[in-house]
Amino acid sequence: MILNRRTLLGVSAATLGAAALPKVSFAASGSGKKRLVFVLQRGAADGLGIVAPVGDPDYARLRGALAEDYAEAPRISGLFALHPSLTKSAEMFAKGEMMAVHAVASYYRDRSHFDGQNVLESGGTRPYERKDGWLNRLVGLIPATDASGIAISQTIPLALQGPNKSSSYAPSRLPDAADDYMKRIGNLYMNDPKLHMLWEESIATRQLAEGMDGSANMRQAADVAALTSRMLSAEDGARIAMIETSGWDTHFGQRQRLGRELSRLDTLIASLKDGLGPLWNDTMVIVATEFGRTAAINGTNGTDHGTASAALLYGGSLSGGTVLGDWPGLRQGDLYQNRDLKPTASLENVIASSVASHFALDPEITRRTLYPSQ
Amino acid sequence: MTEGKWSITLRRFGYGGKPSERHAGSPKSWLMHQINNYDPSPESLRQLPGTNQIAQQFGEYRQLRNGDQEVRRTARRALRRHVQNAIGARIATAIETPDHFSERLVHFWANHFAISTEKRGAGPLAGSFEFEAIRPHIFGKFSAMLSAAESHPAMLLYLDQAQSIGPNSRRGLRAAQRGRRRAGLNENLAREILELHTLGVRSGYTQQDVTEFAKALTGHTVPAIRGNRRDRQNRNGDMAYRFEEALHEPGTKTVLGKKYGPSGAREAAQILSDLAVNPATARHVVTKFARHFTSDDPPPALVSRLENDFLSTGGDLRSLTLALVNSPEVWAEERNKFLTPWEWSIMSARAIQPSVLQPRQIRRMMINLGQDLWKPGSPAGFDDAASQWAAPESLHRRVEAAQTLGQRGARHDARALGPELYSGIWSEHSALAVARAESPAQAMALLLASPEAMWR
Repeated sequence: MILNRRTLLGVSAATLGAAALPKVSFAASGSGKKRLVFVLQRGAADGLGIVAPVGDPDYARLRGALAEDYAEAPRISGLFALHPSLTKSAEMFAKGEMMAVHAVASYYRDRSHFDGQNVLESGGTRPYERKDGWLNRLVGLIPATDASGIAISQTIPLALQGPNKSSSYAPSRLPDAADDYMKRIGNLYMNDPKLHMLWEESIATRQLAEGMDGSANMRQAADVAALTSRMLSAEDGARIAMIETSGWDTHFGQRQRLGRELSRLDTLIASLKDGLGPLWNDTMVIVATEFGRTAAINGTNGTDHGTASAALLYGGSLSGGTVLGDWPGLRQGDLYQNRDLKPTASLENVIASSVASHFALDPEITRRTLYPSQ
Repeated sequence: MTEGKWSITLRRFGYGGKPSERHAGSPKSWLMHQINNYDPSPESLRQLPGTNQIAQQFGEYRQLRNGDQEVRRTARRALRRHVQNAIGARIATAIETPDHFSERLVHFWANHFAISTEKRGAGPLAGSFEFEAIRPHIFGKFSAMLSAAESHPAMLLYLDQAQSIGPNSRRGLRAAQRGRRRAGLNENLAREILELHTLGVRSGYTQQDVTEFAKALTGHTVPAIRGNRRDRQNRNGDMAYRFEEALHEPGTKTVLGKKYGPSGAREAAQILSDLAVNPATARHVVTKFARHFTSDDPPPALVSRLENDFLSTGGDLRSLTLALVNSPEVWAEERNKFLTPWEWSIMSARAIQPSVLQPRQIRRMMINLGQDLWKPGSPAGFDDAASQWAAPESLHRRVEAAQTLGQRGARHDARALGPELYSGIWSEHSALAVARAESPAQAMALLLASPEAMWR
């Protein structure tokens, strides 16, 4: 099925102007029941660092030291390079199993993590407008026998909360009670810029001090992927899974931290593909974040809360190997509020169009169900 | 706004609310009531031993120099207990008292005239120093507090004044004849009075002023540490403080261009009373005062208003406090001061009242959070800048402490307590985090660690 320009534009034409033209297309669909994995990047992942517009003449100027990482990074188009940590993703991109949509943003236009995540997960237009999530509403759209969703976490995140069948599961050993409390503290400080900054710094310092080496992180990512694969592979198992990732709020030390998180993400996706085996052809993975980060590097070798970011799509049946979107440019006058990548595509439209296509659902009903107030 | 919210007032001026606490009147009337009905010797502190008793005990301990080890150890332990008891009483008072604004003022001024328990002899006297030299004067004249603080044995010992000897005094000359090296002028107290207690650093005084002031201060000493028996057993038996003529540097002293003496003990008293009303002192002291209640960079209009008040009243601290609470700047909604570990611990203990925590447990927590009472590390006292305390590691420790406190306060419903303690400022975000907590203990921990609980 080919998604045409009109399907994807939908509401975005009204909200973003007619600039957006993401076009997601799928090769002949696989057999059997479709699976969806939604990976939420909590903390505002830096789209400009994940799918780097190295061909944009302003990129090196804006990013300074952060741009140096991409000298050897795989170029995936004339304009873009993938972050060098995304080695498996780059292979999938070459095989057409991955694509990116750039300069996307949700309906939300402020810079609070918590509010931004609330809008992204609920599918509303304002924070706290809705008490259920779009992923849960999607569970209600796909055929009844298939209808259940699972979150790989201790509690059900908002995106999966609602009247339709959903649950959560996490091995009891991870994360432990202290970790849970610390995560809640991180969330508690999201709206207090000073405490938020201090907290992120203290966590990063502790991780370094405690020798949280890469191998433990990679094992954990692989474990989560293996668990998710088992949940999705069972005959009467879930058809929709949600995985939450964190550590994206790179206000300082971005080179090291973004590289680490992207290695985890890369391992997570590659392990999902391995774990799902033949089911990979029936699976689509959407990776998205609540908003992006500033176009320019800040004074602490990081980036601050911004607006548009990049969304990633993976899947065995994807006609990928491309970066979609209408590139707004990085000249000063091109930036949103003179500081952020300007949104030219609606994340909600990207999600609605791609899941409608993936599950062979009516695009208009899908959009209205997932995002009723937009 | 001229009338603040209770939740902001109680934390900005005091140590925060308690569960189910009700206040009559307005927030400002609560402050006024304390200014007008101040009790300088609260019941909970009155029974602690006084300066003379402790100095006596310290003097006796010093005489055991070559005595039995066991006896000395027992005496040392008894002296240390004075520190622990005074700290415990100060913590308990701050948690229990309904007049926590005046308590905050006491603690502010005590930190201005900081002493340290790390100094031998000064430690056991720390509690009585605050009780006798600071508390009686928080609504009196600054000069009275200055005079009381600088002549208290805790200060004389802490800043080495007790050992200072005028080189040309009777004792100084005799020591020189005998070739004793250690006898001589010690400028420590004189310097810190000028730099920290009155004029402020780089306010124009010179090394010459310091030396001359130090000479004027010679003779003000603590009999308990003086070497010979006649010193220790002086006529009135006072081991705490004495002006000893034999140590006093003769001659006229010139400080800040003004000549003093020769007039013995009166020289230092006159210099102090001049310093107390010096314009540089006014600026220095009121800037600290304003910073404590507003932000690290206090509003210039507030500072100059307080400065004028200080100068026109000759340093009347009651008037200064009234000027503070009548200033619009202190009623601002923004909370810019990150709580010190002391403040956060006391406010948290109050929030989980009635507390099952012992004062010594609270003290241990404060030490872990980086602030041990009366141990500021320098004569400048504990830093009053939010930027000093708001650091990643200290925040982390505070968050961990909140987890422990949360278990102690788990019988409270944090969902109800949040809007009560932080009425009008309790954010939806914090409310949600507390409501989503997995247990009452975790909810209480999140409340105590919330942004609302970290700033004042």
